[in-house]
Amino acid sequence: MTFFAAEALAIHFGGIRAVDGVSFAVEAGEVFTIIGPNGAGKTTIFNLVSRIYEPTEGRLVFCDEDITRVPPHQIARRGIARTFQNIELFEHASVLQNLLLGRHAHKRSGFFSELMFLPRVKRLELEHREAVEKVIDFLDLQPYRDTLIVNLPYGVRKVVELGRALCTEPKLLLLDEPSSGLNVEETGDMAFWIEDIRDLLGITVLMVEHDMSLVSAVSNRVLALNYGRPIATGTPREVQEHPDVIRAYLGG
Amino acid sequence: MRFLFKTRYEQDLGLFRDGVQRNWHAALLAVLVVLPLLLPDYITDFSLVLIYGLCGLSLMALAGFTGLVSLGHAAFLGIGAYAHVYFSQKLGVPWLLSVALAGVVAAAAGVLVGLPALRMTGVYLTIATLAFALIIQEVFNRWETVTGGLSGEAVTEPVIFGVPLHGDATILGVTLSLGDLALYFLCLVFLIAALWLTRNLLRSPTGRAWVAIRDSEIAAQSMGVNLAVYKTMAFAYSAALMGIAGALFAHKVGFLAPDIFSVLLSIQFLLMVVVGGLGSLHGALLGATFVALLPVVIAEARDGLPDWLGQVFALFGSKTGAAVSAAVDRFVKQPGLEPGVFGLILVLFILFEPQGLYGRWLKIKLYFSEFPLYKRESFKRQKAFMKSDRLR
Repeated sequence: MTFFAAEALAIHFGGIRAVDGVSFAVEAGEVFTIIGPNGAGKTTIFNLVSRIYEPTEGRLVFCDEDITRVPPHQIARRGIARTFQNIELFEHASVLQNLLLGRHAHKRSGFFSELMFLPRVKRLELEHREAVEKVIDFLDLQPYRDTLIVNLPYGVRKVVELGRALCTEPKLLLLDEPSSGLNVEETGDMAFWIEDIRDLLGITVLMVEHDMSLVSAVSNRVLALNYGRPIATGTPREVQEHPDVIRAYLGG
Repeated sequence: MRFLFKTRYEQDLGLFRDGVQRNWHAALLAVLVVLPLLLPDYITDFSLVLIYGLCGLSLMALAGFTGLVSLGHAAFLGIGAYAHVYFSQKLGVPWLLSVALAGVVAAAAGVLVGLPALRMTGVYLTIATLAFALIIQEVFNRWETVTGGLSGEAVTEPVIFGVPLHGDATILGVTLSLGDLALYFLCLVFLIAALWLTRNLLRSPTGRAWVAIRDSEIAAQSMGVNLAVYKTMAFAYSAALMGIAGALFAHKVGFLAPDIFSVLLSIQFLLMVVVGGLGSLHGALLGATFVALLPVVIAEARDGLPDWLGQVFALFGSKTGAAVSAAVDRFVKQPGLEPGVFGLILVLFILFEPQGLYGRWLKIKLYFSEFPLYKRESFKRQKAFMKSDRLR
């Protein structure tokens, strides 16, 4: 079975071929990293996978299902969660509310029962809360439960966003530059968490990352992109030593 | 400084933060119940405060919590008012049912506006709602069989469970019009019910999805929120509250004419939520109180201020006193003073207190609870330069 695969994925913005025929397959239980210089199309691939962009060509397959035409809000329900490069949290809500929104894909109460706040809604809310508390414990977010996002330092926001994605109980987690803006210690914590997410929670991770020490520490396989085209795939070491990759980064 | 020690998750699901907050609200309710007896002359003004409270809640749900700013809410108020009068007076539908139907009709109109509005964001949506309000006002003008057109429509007093409410009542030595008294308490009941329902939504997934849409549409969508469904829901809920407010408003004004539901009224509603403080239920009610009572205060000032200032300045000589009195009298009797004052207040609030009356209240509270360690920075917000506008 195919866990996740992109087949000849392409998107063109006018004459710009941002992603141009990229194929890769992610196996369940691995950390798969996409690297590449600025503008290589890494984040564009994420936006294609989370269905924010409409691919010009190609197919996306997740758990043997073609998700190329699934509406964007259905993606979370299929089991794909994501974080954003520049943090897209709900800034004027508390950490708890942000994490609880991560449970939206598991919402089972209707509008009118919520309007009356029936006992069933309350019970479901408590269930969501318990799931959220597990994530809070996992990521050590206990001190921040009732803090508004706008009052949090950047590093913590990054963790909250990871937590919100985990609250959806995904099968595939898309991390867009999890270490950007973090200091060395926070990056180290992030590396531990990514490994734990894979090994303890059994969630497959698809990641875009620039920090090669983080990439080497956690990735099983790496895909290098340049100008929207794949140039190398393999273990972190193989890709780092690949002549095309070196040329893409250093020129020549 | 008080610390709240939470031991159960249920504590975060309650209607109130803690017992203290609940008791303060109970005390406020007690004051509201005896208010008609304390200030019988102002009972219709207080009814208007409560009706505006409903309107404030309605716009707060849409603008404050879902982030969709509407300049057409007076149209929903009008739809509710006309629908209620049509159902109850022309079709003879029972009063309560007619109010509910007014809410339903307004909600349907809300869905109708909400659907095309899904493709628009920000100021374009605001313009679309403005256009809708203008169209609806024209419909009120022309659809004479239902609305009475330009000649208007008289509204009779509410008849609850077959009991007509007119004449006077004397309670504890205070004589009140029974219709006014009934309307006041009906407004109070409807406002409390609406508050309860809105609070319920806000503490359950729907309310969270609204807040999510307000703060980041793209993240909301990625977490599984169907933007179309929740935006339409917000429009429908907001319009339904407005429709019910409209039904009560019809009884308050006693006579419906299309020009009541003008854009100016919509602007007043927006003023309400901005002055009160976007994103809080308390703010909606504070703003409503402010907007509904300001004209009363201005009217009082019109009558009393010139004489009073004249007396004060008479200390410098009777001529000065008379001159000041005449000048102030001329100024306060200017037509258009009211919109001017409203506009000035809106500008001042946006400049000096963007978080509104409720935000100011929170600051004052924090100042005393943290004394002497209050930091102004606690409420200063960092400008978000990081957010990507590309993916909107």
